[in-house]
Amino acid sequence: MKKAKVALIELQNINKSYVIGEQPLQVLKQVNLTINKGDYLSIMGPSGSGKSTLLNMIGMLDRPDNGEYKLANKSTVTINEEARALLRRDHVGFIFQNFHLIPRLTAQENAELPLMLAGISAKIRRARVNNVFARLGILDRAAHLPKQLSGGQLQRVAIARAMVMEPDILLADEPTGNLDQRSGLEVIELLEELNQQGITLIMVTHDQQLGNRANRQLTMVDGKITQDISANVIAR
Amino acid sequence: MLLQDNWRYSWQALIRHKLRTGLLLIAVAIGVTSVLLLTSLGEGARLFIEKEFSAMGHEVMIVLPGKKETTGGAVPIYGNSPRDLTIDDAIAMEKISTVKAVAPIIAGTSLLSYQGKSREVITLGSSADIFSIRKLTVSHGRQFTNKSKDPGQAVCVIGSTIKQQLFGNINAVGKWLRFSGQRFRVIGVLQERGESMGLDMRQMAIIPIQSAETLFDSPALFRVLLELKQSGSEKYTEEKLIELIKKRHDGEDDITILTQNSLMSSFNNILNLVTASIGAIAAISLVVAGFLIMNVSYVSVARRKQEIGLLKALGATSNEVRLLFLIESLLLVSFGVIVGLILGYGLTNIAAFMWPTFPLAIPWWATLASISIALFIGLLFSWLPASHAAKHDPVLALRGN
Repeated sequence: MKKAKVALIELQNINKSYVIGEQPLQVLKQVNLTINKGDYLSIMGPSGSGKSTLLNMIGMLDRPDNGEYKLANKSTVTINEEARALLRRDHVGFIFQNFHLIPRLTAQENAELPLMLAGISAKIRRARVNNVFARLGILDRAAHLPKQLSGGQLQRVAIARAMVMEPDILLADEPTGNLDQRSGLEVIELLEELNQQGITLIMVTHDQQLGNRANRQLTMVDGKITQDISANVIAR
Repeated sequence: MLLQDNWRYSWQALIRHKLRTGLLLIAVAIGVTSVLLLTSLGEGARLFIEKEFSAMGHEVMIVLPGKKETTGGAVPIYGNSPRDLTIDDAIAMEKISTVKAVAPIIAGTSLLSYQGKSREVITLGSSADIFSIRKLTVSHGRQFTNKSKDPGQAVCVIGSTIKQQLFGNINAVGKWLRFSGQRFRVIGVLQERGESMGLDMRQMAIIPIQSAETLFDSPALFRVLLELKQSGSEKYTEEKLIELIKKRHDGEDDITILTQNSLMSSFNNILNLVTASIGAIAAISLVVAGFLIMNVSYVSVARRKQEIGLLKALGATSNEVRLLFLIESLLLVSFGVIVGLILGYGLTNIAAFMWPTFPLAIPWWATLASISIALFIGLLFSWLPASHAAKHDPVLALRGN
């Protein structure tokens, strides 16, 4: 029997604008989007189309000007920043194009950061990070500083950091943008493996080929979702 | 976030920027050291004066002519009275049961001359008891005795500096000196002792009181020193003195009585105030260090925008971000305080070793104050940059804007 889809993310009539100079610039226009638990979604589109803003909105790093955003059926727009931070910590993992690792911390310490912020003891942190590092094949790099790691290894540390809290959602903003083709492919395969284990994967990319690997592909132009192709449609 | 992780994270941030941390640490340390060194000077002065008073003995009382209200003002040095204290008043004081010795004093300046050499000298006329009360001893010759109250006894005991200036290396004992034209025979030279209660005994001459009365042509006493049989009887003696003077001065108690303790307490009050004032001036350097911390913290927040954005993206609340920066400043100030304390106490001990006569000591309250002020200033001045960091928008911060 086919498993019933459960809506995890629901965006309704989301608008967002920034003031650049003296002119307001609307970057999201009436966005409606529902993402189910376990979905693998790519967001594509030209620069300035609102892809990253949509990703930040889903990750609760940004607030919509109006509209509703429900995460696991709970509104995230009416709660305060502290509650949103805690929700983000417990449910969302971020992977950035330029890794955002703290240079003075080792790979292990960087990956431990979300656990540390959650108040988890050092012993448990170490065990969890070792476990994830082993899965990602970077256990021997745990004591290295970011400057001692290659691009692929840096992104693996960043993925490990996103995974240690066992989030429901992984948000990846151009995760292969700073990697060579081989490392990029390895990283994508790693993310897809995590998705197959049940994590909802949402990836922003410029790369059409990479975007096409997702089960569901969104295209954005000028702050609007202009195309939403699901895997079954693609198959047909 | 667990507190120990908070401290560890901030510590890592500090050691990553060694130069910045080192310079700020030195700024705080200089502030703390300044407070400790300057207050130790003030405290040293207080202890020095206390030592001088102690040398005089705790059972000494001073009676001054005239009434001076003692409502917290300066110590009265000269009384203000239409009625003088006289030798007869002093003799009457000897009859008070708690009084062991009385030294009435007439003071004036005389031109001392010997074989063409002369100099102006403060001359004290008193009884022989002045030697025991002021703990004065002679290095050559002898003191005069109470028999010298006889005005016919024109004898004197001179300070060591005067002896050297007028007689050089020859023995002064037995020589005749002229005090403003009157002849006095030197019977003793005072042991060199330095200053006592502001009077340099090396530059003074002491003559019998009756001789001073004639020399200065005045029966008015400058003051009367009393030595008590035992300490603890100051209150009783004071009451008896007032009673006695009222009886002798037509019902007026026109004298001022100073006890060793009251004098010391007045000096203590003044010197504590002076010490606190110079400590406060030194604390300005801590405020300067505070401004430095604020300035550098703002720069640090600006340079670590992406880190702040990342922490927020990973779920750090604004309060947690603020706390991280506050703890960083607190750690920095704490290390500055420790270095400052080591420097302050170290330099004070070295100075105390080099100048043992001046009892340098850091008062306990200065240590406590310098620590509290430094920590308070550190927190106060890092609060604004820490709050600024906490308010960063995560999206903009991640972009480094």
